[in-house]
Amino acid sequence: MRRALTLAALAAAVVFPLVAKPLGWEFYIGFASRTLIYALAASSLNLVLGYGGMLSFGHAAFVGAGAYTVAVFMAEGIASAWVAWPIAIAVAAALAVAIGAVSLRTRGVYFIMITLAFAQMIYYIAVGMRAYGGEEGLNLPTRSQIGFGVDLKDDVTFYYLVLAVLAAALCGLYRLIHARFGRVIEAIRENETRMEAIGFPTYRYKLVCFVIGGALAGAAGALLANQNSYVNPNLLYWTQSGELMIMVILGGVGYHYGGLLGAVALLVLEEVFSAYTIHWQLPVGIILLGIVLFAPQGLVGIAGRRFLVRRLAGG
Amino acid sequence: MSSTLILEQALNGLQFGLMLFLLAAGLTLVFGIMDMINLAHGSLYMLGAFLAATFADLTGSFWLAVLLAIAGTALIGMVLELSVLRRLYTRDHLSQVLATFALILIANESVRIVWGPQLPLNTPVALSGPVQLLPGLTYSSYRLVIIAVGLAVAMLLYFVIAKTKAGMLVRAGASNREMATAMGVDIKRLFTLVFGLGAALCAIAGAMLGPLLAVQVGMGESILILAFVVIVIGGIGSVRGAVVGAILVGVVDTIGRAFIPALLREFLPPQLASAGGPALASIMIYILMVAILFWRPQGLFPARG
Repeated sequence: MRRALTLAALAAAVVFPLVAKPLGWEFYIGFASRTLIYALAASSLNLVLGYGGMLSFGHAAFVGAGAYTVAVFMAEGIASAWVAWPIAIAVAAALAVAIGAVSLRTRGVYFIMITLAFAQMIYYIAVGMRAYGGEEGLNLPTRSQIGFGVDLKDDVTFYYLVLAVLAAALCGLYRLIHARFGRVIEAIRENETRMEAIGFPTYRYKLVCFVIGGALAGAAGALLANQNSYVNPNLLYWTQSGELMIMVILGGVGYHYGGLLGAVALLVLEEVFSAYTIHWQLPVGIILLGIVLFAPQGLVGIAGRRFLVRRLAGG
Repeated sequence: MSSTLILEQALNGLQFGLMLFLLAAGLTLVFGIMDMINLAHGSLYMLGAFLAATFADLTGSFWLAVLLAIAGTALIGMVLELSVLRRLYTRDHLSQVLATFALILIANESVRIVWGPQLPLNTPVALSGPVQLLPGLTYSSYRLVIIAVGLAVAMLLYFVIAKTKAGMLVRAGASNREMATAMGVDIKRLFTLVFGLGAALCAIAGAMLGPLLAVQVGMGESILILAFVVIVIGGIGSVRGAVVGAILVGVVDTIGRAFIPALLREFLPPQLASAGGPALASIMIYILMVAILFWRPQGLFPARG
């Protein structure tokens, strides 16, 4: 059942540009790419937040670090994706090591605040980089080049690349979560003291989980810089971290497709309402509030409950 | 770098710190007593500023407008608590983040629909000029009034919390909610009142800072994070911590912005200094917070033993 649904969604995602292009919906191909990139970023946060139980409120810093790395390389004349993207991921991962190493010594609300503080520092560093646009941001002259006759400037090609990256990342995350590492991480979330008593180096496990999340967010950032052909410090502002967190909570914390569902739901909601009214934030806010009050498990929770009810009813 | 300049910046820091305290006091009580992360606290600050601007336009009196804005915002705060936030106390922090983030969206957009993106709010005419404090030191009289109002409210709050029965209940709730309930405190009504008080303090800060900063949609988001930094530094749930934290953050932030760029120019090549100065100045308070958390993970004045 679940596998069939996944395959159907994947098939729909693969077919989408083939249908959209002849119908003249080019705009929506770009929108779909952006949505999938946010799905990747939200899924990386879901690993940290949902499985690792670490309430990181600074995830936008890693997305921004990836995006800025690609933009800075581009501005310096290096457009090759083979150089810029791995370095973007490495920069985000290194940042996650530094932030995680300090932040993971604190707990609870203090962890939320300290990750937020670090992200704000990175934000102000981005604002201070006058050579690379400062507050105004930086336009990218072109998209990264990957050679082999593949042109990422074509929106459909770029969409497929994003889809492939997201699919690979979700597969990898699934394997990771169902491997020993994932079990340990979830067990630490449930009872860290016990895991420590059994003899697991919990701090190290959490740090590795935090860094993997950061690295994946860096990859999302590299893609996002390419999709928008533009980076600016707002990518790193705390409301961006908040939005990623909202996506995860909306989709379902600690559900494998939570990040994906949440990103799609939030961005589609925004898109639909912004087509009708400039005051789209009002209905989006009301719907989000309704979901918190009436569907505590997020969207996956709603779907799961229906499914359960049907099964109990013998359907 | 003259001493009058330093004194002037220190006063600016104190003025900003006291306004931060008004925001942080409400936030720390809500956080400490109800264990509730309220991202929408900044929206009440914004509402206070917009109400003040509207009433100032209608009545022509700045001070009357401030009073009306305080009453209006407190009312909105209590209605919000009764209708929505009350349902969130028993939920986890993530649900509270999502719900109050949704409230930010709703508040921002409602304000934009009712008032538009920004409103003018002017300093009262009588206070628009500078006054001579010391020979060679003139200072904005409006900023002095803000300092006076901030100090007065802080002292009033201290008196209410330390000396009155209601304040005792608030402190009891902050240090041990279950025990306070078991002792027969009507915690629900207390929560509503505390929330209204927090909203009123937000309105004072919004109305007083309105003429200095812009009264615009989104003004709550940037200052909200500063208020969170303050309460984490001070210790969650502690009003005394909020005072110390707020003044620390206000002074460090203001002094940093005023002097770090100049200081860097002394030591670094000009290009690097002009880029790094403002960035480092903005980061100072976060460095302060990380340092304090490293040294005292519960903040300076932990409310719970």
